[in-house]
Amino acid sequence: MRDRLQLARWTRGAICAASVLFVSVRLTAASLPGSIFAPYSTPASEEKKLSIFVLLIAAVIFSGVSSLLVYALVRFRSRPHDTAEPPQVFGSMQIELSWTIIPILIIVVLFLGTARVLFSVQDAPRPANALDVIVVGHQFWWEFRYPQYNVVTANELHVPVSSKAEPRETFLKLTSADVMHSFWVPKLGGKTDLLPNRVNEMWFDPQEPGLYVGQCAQFCGAQHAKMLLRVYVDTPDKFQQWIAEQQKSQAEIANAHLTMASMPNAGNQNSAGGNPPNTQATNGETMAQSADISDAVTPQNGQLVFEREACISCHTVQGTVANGRYGPDLTHLMSRATLAAGAVENTPGNLEAWIKDPAQFKPGCLMPAMHLTDRENQQMTAYLLTLK
Amino acid sequence: MATIPLEHAHNEAEWRLPTRGVVAMTSLIIAESTIFTIFVTAYLYNLGRDTHGPTPKEVLDIPWFYSICLISSSLFIWLAEHAIEHAKMAAFRLWWSVTILLGLIFLYGTAIEWHKLIFEDHLTISTNLFGTCYYSLVGLHASHVVVGLIMMLVTVAFAFTRHLHPEHAYRVKVLALYWHFVDAVWIVVFTVVYVVGR
Amino acid sequence: MDSGMPIPQGIEGAIDRTPAQSARGTYLEAIHSWIVTVDHKKLGILYIAYALVFLLVAGAEALMIRIQLIRPHNDFVSPFTFNRLFTMHGTTMVFLVGMPILFGFGNYLVPLMIGARDMAFPRLNAFSFWISAFAGLLLYYSFIGGVGLSGTGSAPDVAWFAYAPLTEKAFSPGHSTDYWAVAILASGIGSIGTAINILATVFCMRCKGMTLFRMPLLPWLYATTSFIVLVAVSPLTACQAMLLIDRYLGGHFFDTQAGGSAILWAHFFWIFGHPEVYVLVLPAFAFANEIIPVFSRKAIFGYPAMVAASVGIGFISLGVWAHHMFTIGMTSFGNAFFTLSTMLVSIPTGIKTFNWLATIWGGRIRFTTPMLFCIAFLFQWVIAGLTGIMLSVSAWNWQLHNSYFVVAHFHYVLIGAIVFMIFAAIYYWYPKITGRMLDDKLGKWHFWLMLIGFHVCFDTMHIPGLMGMPRQIYTYEADRGWNTLNAIVSVGGFIQGIAVLVLVYNMVHSFFRGEEAGPDPWDAWTLEWATASPPPPYNFATDPVVASRRPLWDLKHPEDPDSAFE
Repeated sequence: MRDRLQLARWTRGAICAASVLFVSVRLTAASLPGSIFAPYSTPASEEKKLSIFVLLIAAVIFSGVSSLLVYALVRFRSRPHDTAEPPQVFGSMQIELSWTIIPILIIVVLFLGTARVLFSVQDAPRPANALDVIVVGHQFWWEFRYPQYNVVTANELHVPVSSKAEPRETFLKLTSADVMHSFWVPKLGGKTDLLPNRVNEMWFDPQEPGLYVGQCAQFCGAQHAKMLLRVYVDTPDKFQQWIAEQQKSQAEIANAHLTMASMPNAGNQNSAGGNPPNTQATNGETMAQSADISDAVTPQNGQLVFEREACISCHTVQGTVANGRYGPDLTHLMSRATLAAGAVENTPGNLEAWIKDPAQFKPGCLMPAMHLTDRENQQMTAYLLTLK
Repeated sequence: MATIPLEHAHNEAEWRLPTRGVVAMTSLIIAESTIFTIFVTAYLYNLGRDTHGPTPKEVLDIPWFYSICLISSSLFIWLAEHAIEHAKMAAFRLWWSVTILLGLIFLYGTAIEWHKLIFEDHLTISTNLFGTCYYSLVGLHASHVVVGLIMMLVTVAFAFTRHLHPEHAYRVKVLALYWHFVDAVWIVVFTVVYVVGR
Repeated sequence: MDSGMPIPQGIEGAIDRTPAQSARGTYLEAIHSWIVTVDHKKLGILYIAYALVFLLVAGAEALMIRIQLIRPHNDFVSPFTFNRLFTMHGTTMVFLVGMPILFGFGNYLVPLMIGARDMAFPRLNAFSFWISAFAGLLLYYSFIGGVGLSGTGSAPDVAWFAYAPLTEKAFSPGHSTDYWAVAILASGIGSIGTAINILATVFCMRCKGMTLFRMPLLPWLYATTSFIVLVAVSPLTACQAMLLIDRYLGGHFFDTQAGGSAILWAHFFWIFGHPEVYVLVLPAFAFANEIIPVFSRKAIFGYPAMVAASVGIGFISLGVWAHHMFTIGMTSFGNAFFTLSTMLVSIPTGIKTFNWLATIWGGRIRFTTPMLFCIAFLFQWVIAGLTGIMLSVSAWNWQLHNSYFVVAHFHYVLIGAIVFMIFAAIYYWYPKITGRMLDDKLGKWHFWLMLIGFHVCFDTMHIPGLMGMPRQIYTYEADRGWNTLNAIVSVGGFIQGIAVLVLVYNMVHSFFRGEEAGPDPWDAWTLEWATASPPPPYNFATDPVVASRRPLWDLKHPEDPDSAFE
């Protein structure tokens, strides 16, 4: 007896809890950075509207079925004095037909609702002025190429805002250099997988400037969890400015900053602190350094170390000999807020620690520790800090 | 007596159920068919996706003779089934042996084809996508022929040592069912590899 | 349970209460008898015991996953270990727990329910079990074998669906992935063998009078399941063979660098993977079909509709696989097709749910422990079905796919429906299998702990998915708002862990101390209750003859037999 009442109470409680939960989810939705209920683009809002529609239908079905069930459980519980068996009923064709036809009608409604959004989002025509970005997934980072501007960057995607007055959609072509990945920034739209040997497409039209976060949504190996994704939606002016900055090769920048770069410790002066002083003892590691690189922690020496080591076979710095493509393009490394596909903040300290041993932030990532001396790491950091 | 005796009016009509061997072999054939479907799908999907040769058109010749051998063996095994059902054991031994012979000829055909591909055309399973798909699909079929032949050879050994009798007709039919399947699959593989694939 | 339920007059004298004579010998002889057995009941018990051991193992893996995720940037395990844990958890739960336990019950119950003395192929049955057992040992040997000799790996770490080309030699060197592929290949062969066996048993071994439409629903559903196994597990076997060709012979099926295709593996895997869900859930339905009527004291409502719905699910399930691939880049037409086909599954499943409801309606519901699990199952199944429909909405699925919402959804199906029904089946048939009742008080504890733990864990788990948390990540950023939710989920996981331990204790305790069950403790109607508990090796002393779907009802109610309505 007690159990039955408990059961009924539990069911009612569960329904109340579910509705409270639902409301609280809706309330907190907007504040969370990855919520699918706080859309900032047309695909994402279409998907959200559809989701609310489906959720409502589901809620109606659930409350209908579960109230029938609760009613039956309470009404038809066996009482202590019951000895005889209840009347045996074997079925009814009419009833079977009714609960076949009603679900069919519901499905027709659901399918039509889905198909509308499906076709309008997936088959949307590409406007002539749309921004094209080629996204290449790598274990465990993102490569972004802007063919219209001849710009290559990594992990932090910059796109212009698409306002009503000045619409400018972003169309992504997605592929992979190694295994499967999936591009997912919930506030801008659903995910699209990146497959080797195949190009997929998706689009969004971000409506508010700001930072949108996401991450790889298809298990891709050891560091799948730290294959994070940052999308900066800029105002059109800011975006153009960013493009212009990114289009400069390091050779041009070096010319522009020639005077500054010739000063000793230029790299450290530019950093916001936290960089170890270059006077630190090197514990006899100087022996390991090749003759033409002096002890001085200068960007020039750092560049020499960078170009002497295997770094350049994976990384590109436009305008220098470094033209590898396995790792992220470093031409404008310091224009990015994070390192290691969003795993850590891009501070000089983190940068040096990352070069020293990438595995301390991302064990299993494909960038090896080069086993350089502390001095060489400092020099290299000083060089990388000039890549603005 | 650890049971409740269930006493009911006995169903007077004779209680007939399908034989378990036929049901099991049919089930196995369903399972095997899906395995072949997957390999055939892979073959068709990967046609022309190679990064380098040799291509099917360059190296494959249509094995008409060997295919006719295998397909016609279905007829002979049917004759053998018919013979054992009617207790004609001599005829059974003859037709059964002819079936085995045709199966062996087919295998020989596959062997010389592979020999040519490997040593003249330098196509192995790891050469390119076509090689992978081709050897897997044809090899999968050939392995079924081998399994069928082994079982038929065991049967023929029993037959010639006079251990096989007409009351075993039902078991022979189950084995024959498998062989019909192997032949039918070859029609599909043949079409895919030598007709569509070239 | 209602142990005081009087056995109807007239059968009392017919029941032999002496337990079956089991050969008593040395331990070695006992072990030998279990190893060489071809008896369907012993093999069924072996399957169930084997599955329960792996349930504890995979459950422990789940709890380690939950400890790691209890807070952001936790370092309880390394990323490598974490990836192995969820790969092994998923693989184990599907192939070494779900399939064996359901086959175990099928093995035990199908021959008894159709009045047969054994399966159609007892030796094939033993072979299937032992090759499945070998698969389990092989998979777990990877923890040692993967690293022991070459030092390049350990357990597999490619996720349970092992998407290519991550599984290719280039990205998964070492042997861990090989252990995975070979273990699944072996278990697949075992499953196909058992499926063939069950089909042959159901079609060829029924006792006199038991036409197909007089069979209890359980054998019907097992036949459907077996058919799905034939056409769904075989593709898995085929694509494991392809993977091994790639890894060992240098093939290029999934080698994208040589023109191979990643998408092909995805299709092949889900052609297996989705029907697999129905392979697991149909036996759970089968248990519900047997248990709900008995404790509602009513015949199942709409038997022909139930048969049609089950077979319908079996067929529709073969055409829905690509709803796991809405984000992989199919055409909009393809997405629409698989949206519709997936939604269609909800029609037969809806019919089943309503029929259970109608069975309860007008009954005299006895809230025994197995029935409590059935009731929880009904609620949870409705929710799981509804979240399933949400996921079939392809445009929304682009957001939900591979998020924790999906994880919550399929755990709702796998635990909320299937594991709950497995627990119900354990409580319901344990007396038949061992001859002793499970302790009811512990059973209630188990039920309520499980229920609370389940809902704390999996209701909550939907939310991080909606908030952008993808699955299979070993850690997450602290600023995403997932912290509290994950902590709650972990707590729920541990409550379920305790519940399972209660069950294990109950099973061991009751095996020695449990109340004697007698042949028919639940006053049920199908043939397995017409023999002693545990049944003798030959099941029935004389071949039973039946005249209706509920032979024991006819026997207990000669004034109102079912057979009168046929």
